[in-house]
Amino acid sequence: MGKFQLITKGLVKENPTFVLLLGMCPTLATTTSAINGMSMGLATLFVLVLSNMAISATAPYIPDKVRIPAYIVIIAAFVTILQLVMQAFTPDIYETLGLFIPLIVVNCIVLGRAEAFANKNSVVDSACDGLGIGLGFTLALTILGLVREILGSGSAFGFKFISGDGILVFVLAPGAFMALAYLIVLFKKVTAKKGE
Amino acid sequence: MEYILIIISAIFVNNILLSQFMGICPFLGVSNKLSTAAGMSGAVCFVITLATLVTYLFQYYVLVPLEIEYMQTIAFILIIAALVQMVEIVLKKISPSLYQALGIFLPLITTNCAVLGVALMVVTNEFSYGGSEPHLLNLGESVVFAFATSLGFGLAMILFAGLREQIALNKVPKPFKGIPIALVTASILAMAFMGFSGLV
Amino acid sequence: MAVQSSFKNMTLCLFAVCIVSSALLAAVYAVTEEPIAEAEHAKTVRAIAVVVPEFDGEPVADTIEVAGKKYPYYIVSKDGEPAGYAITSSASGYGGPVKLMVGVTADRVIYNTTVLSQSETPGLGAKCTEPAFADQFKEWNPAEKTLKVKKDGGDVDAITASTITSRAYAVAVETAVAVYDAIVAENNKGE
Repeated sequence: MGKFQLITKGLVKENPTFVLLLGMCPTLATTTSAINGMSMGLATLFVLVLSNMAISATAPYIPDKVRIPAYIVIIAAFVTILQLVMQAFTPDIYETLGLFIPLIVVNCIVLGRAEAFANKNSVVDSACDGLGIGLGFTLALTILGLVREILGSGSAFGFKFISGDGILVFVLAPGAFMALAYLIVLFKKVTAKKGE
Repeated sequence: MEYILIIISAIFVNNILLSQFMGICPFLGVSNKLSTAAGMSGAVCFVITLATLVTYLFQYYVLVPLEIEYMQTIAFILIIAALVQMVEIVLKKISPSLYQALGIFLPLITTNCAVLGVALMVVTNEFSYGGSEPHLLNLGESVVFAFATSLGFGLAMILFAGLREQIALNKVPKPFKGIPIALVTASILAMAFMGFSGLV
Repeated sequence: MAVQSSFKNMTLCLFAVCIVSSALLAAVYAVTEEPIAEAEHAKTVRAIAVVVPEFDGEPVADTIEVAGKKYPYYIVSKDGEPAGYAITSSASGYGGPVKLMVGVTADRVIYNTTVLSQSETPGLGAKCTEPAFADQFKEWNPAEKTLKVKKDGGDVDAITASTITSRAYAVAVETAVAVYDAIVAENNKGE
């Protein structure tokens, strides 16, 4: 598989949110607006690329039985680095995303890629894989955030286009589940047609 | 009084699954059958309460005195992973029947973000109940909060599993099969839980 | 692929991973410590600048204890005279604490208020950060107008469908006024 394919497969064919249905917690919790969704996606992308690279480089030296704890420590280290950097340079986004930044540690996507790809592929391939999956995740979160923002607050990327409120429930918890359900259905329909 | 408010708030008002979105993976993954949902809830309940107790003590007796609070995430996840392992070993020895019921769920719990989420929440977020001044929780309140949160997790899990068992018997439009219809159900359940908001 | 597991290499490997990660974190922490403190400081300074009238020099930080609770506050001065006090106070809202910075001028009038942090419902209680609600506290004289929502017999216009948030906001502002009174009383005692 070429490097380019490694990157693009995460966008549609193996989209972590719409196809693999992984990392649902941040997907639902942080997509109250397009910007928030995108920030969360990019934060995960950062951790994914770095942890994939580090795990790919160290995997040959890690005994099989302790690989999971070792991977978790490596991932947690990168998450903490991200926390510190965000606190220093983007404190507002850090505050909005709150608890869900440290919770990237337990995002199944990150550990999942380490197990399924990074520990048996080269560093460069793993970086591409992380980039692809991360971009797919970012794309999904941005779309979900955008849909919820348009319906829920009548704005897109922070620009309001109606006066007054939107359909409030879409910003709240039930709207998150509902919007994601319909987006997955839509995604299934579209990709199924392509396959025919 | 405050303990009662903490319990009501954690179970109903700020339900960890339906309003905080933590632990969604098991919520969607193992809620096909009522019995597995109940088993998972039991295991989560046990681990969340124990993990919160240990991480709380670790935060205030190790990390804070040493001024290395930035090691929080890495330390907490290691503690949780180690605890889950230990619970598994101990359970196997002292109660094989309980191990049979909960055992298969234990490895999944390390990466259940509700566990790490609650552990982090009690040491970073300020809470206020019934108009009291916002404050960080003390040890007793933290453990009660953790336990009540896991009860909320169990309640939502079991309700949801019951609903999904019923749905499985009905005809669902093809693209909605599986996760999408589960999400729609979760949405309606979340709406129902919103009725509790403002209670505390 | 992966090496054979033995007790010795498992322990060694985990130990090594932990040491390297900790060292890396310590290094990143050392680098980011200052920018983090700066970012926090900048946020406070921005909030102060919003809630008090024009001032010169640096705001002076202090804390005061009122009814058993510590409140941090900042004094700003213009031409050597105290121009105002920026007081942080909080109250419990709908989704958690609502934290405010309240500016009170030397003549016991609220100059302005700003939200430091809140976790109210987006679209409902979270509107407390918008000018439509928050601007009513500008130039508010607590001696003339009561800091309670209209429903409770006060003068605060509540946000539609968010009485609890509005009430919390009013309580926090009222607390800040009480803190201001305590500061003034303490200053008078000192003289």
